[in-house]
Amino acid sequence: MEHHRMEVTMTVNGRSVSRDIEPRVLLVHFLRDELQLTGTHVGCDTSQCGSCTVLIDGEAVKSCTVLAVQCMGQSVTTIEGLEQGSLHPMQEAFREKHGLQCGFCTPGVMMTAIQLLKQHPNPTESEIREGLDGVLCRCTGYETIVRSIQHAAGLMADQEPQPEEEVG
Amino acid sequence: MRTAPFEYHRAQDLDDALEWLAGDGDRDVKILAGGHSLLPLMKLKLATPTVLLDVQDVPELRGILLESGWVRIGALTRYVDLTRDATVGDSLPLLSQVAATVADIQVRNRGTIGGSLCHADPAADIPAAVLALDARLVLVGPRGERRVNLDEFTVAPFLTVLEPTEILTAIEFPIPLQSQQSTYLKRPHPASGYPVVGVAITGDASPHEPLSNVRVAVTGIGPKAYRAEKTEGTLKGQVPTPELFRAAADVAITEANMSDEPDLSYREQLTRVYVERALYQFYGGVA
Ligand SMILES: Cc1cc2nc3c(=O)[nH]c(=O)nc-3n(C[C@H](O)[C@H](O)[C@H](O)COP(=O)(O)OP(=O)(O)OC[C@H]3O[C@@H](n4cnc5c(N)ncnc54)[C@H](O)[C@@H]3O)c2cc1C
Repeated sequence: MEHHRMEVTMTVNGRSVSRDIEPRVLLVHFLRDELQLTGTHVGCDTSQCGSCTVLIDGEAVKSCTVLAVQCMGQSVTTIEGLEQGSLHPMQEAFREKHGLQCGFCTPGVMMTAIQLLKQHPNPTESEIREGLDGVLCRCTGYETIVRSIQHAAGLMADQEPQPEEEVG
Repeated sequence: MRTAPFEYHRAQDLDDALEWLAGDGDRDVKILAGGHSLLPLMKLKLATPTVLLDVQDVPELRGILLESGWVRIGALTRYVDLTRDATVGDSLPLLSQVAATVADIQVRNRGTIGGSLCHADPAADIPAAVLALDARLVLVGPRGERRVNLDEFTVAPFLTVLEPTEILTAIEFPIPLQSQQSTYLKRPHPASGYPVVGVAITGDASPHEPLSNVRVAVTGIGPKAYRAEKTEGTLKGQVPTPELFRAAADVAITEANMSDEPDLSYREQLTRVYVERALYQFYGGVA
């Protein structure tokens, strides 16, 4: 069968990017293989583990279950897009509170947590745990992940709102 | 994992989408909504459409509209929209309660009400709300529009009456009476989050008063979600008591179509327990 290709343009971490790809390319492979943004990880590849979570137009989505072509005209933020000169408060908090062990799930956890804090800037512990339903940490380091997110909420509340509302 | 190759088309509006679906006959055109059932199937090569018709830009499939007596919910409405929309929250709290139990936030950000119904997974949450709220589905095809209820729409697991040339455009919910109470109780599968059993109840109820207009819908058990009409009959006109709840739960397992279930006694027990607990939860919300 003929392999169709398409020109796909989207915004990734604030930068417009275009690539000629097959429509079957998943967003996660577009990010990793076409753009070399390898911070987004492929874990289970069945949309269970959440390691591949990125933001699409500010919302947390598992990028192994989205086609890159579906994102044409949309804005994607990956873990690489968080740092603006200095670490994002979420990254700062994970470092401070030991929110990662092996680090494999961490990018997806952070992107999920960023959406969580946007909805609940001052979350309860149970809101955090509920919000993390879609990510798995095989080191089982959930306690420190929860603590890191609580700490990030505090750091972000102390900060001026970020100009990039999309990632803040 | 990669899907088989396919051609991708993004429909501009409903007419454009219908034209692609009508096609020339030798292409297998599949609608893509949130993709959270279809893409996993395609990655496993269990689905190999030759054309994916992305309907995300089709305006006719969007929006939540309050019409006289009805709330019309566009097929593309995502779970997350159902949990946040004020009209749904005010008029159809059961639907937002059910949507909030689906999977996790990432899945709720993508999955749509229309995609869930068309996928017809026997273990999906939304069908329980659609049955308990007596909604109807609007199907549009080359020969025009037709409306069916969910029991008519769903034939068997993963099979519906939707023609290959038709689109589900909206789900229309009659606006319940102010006095309507509702609840949903689900036993999520510990790994996948899908309901092993889910029980939705609606009715006009107040404590110590006989129950009227009661509807009980069960999902996860048997080949498709169903209205437990005999259970409803047991409850109707009765004053709520623990004995009544137990009797109703005993009836509920007799009307589940469970003959083919491999773990029959487990499922019977689960159905009994969850119908009974859902009734307590329902009356808890009333008291
Ligand atoms: C990790 C994970 C966990 C999940 N957990 C749950 C859960 O707990 N409970 C639950 O109920 N579900 C769960 N689901 C399934 C989820 O609800 C799916 O999103 C939903 O079943 C499909 O909706 P969609 O918009 O993604 O549809 P798609 O995947 O895009 O489409 C599904 C099917 O419907 C067809 N279709 C879609 N829209 C239309 C339309 N408007 N007209 C005609 N045909 C159409 C498509 O052609 C396809 O055949 C889960 C899914 C995942 C990936």
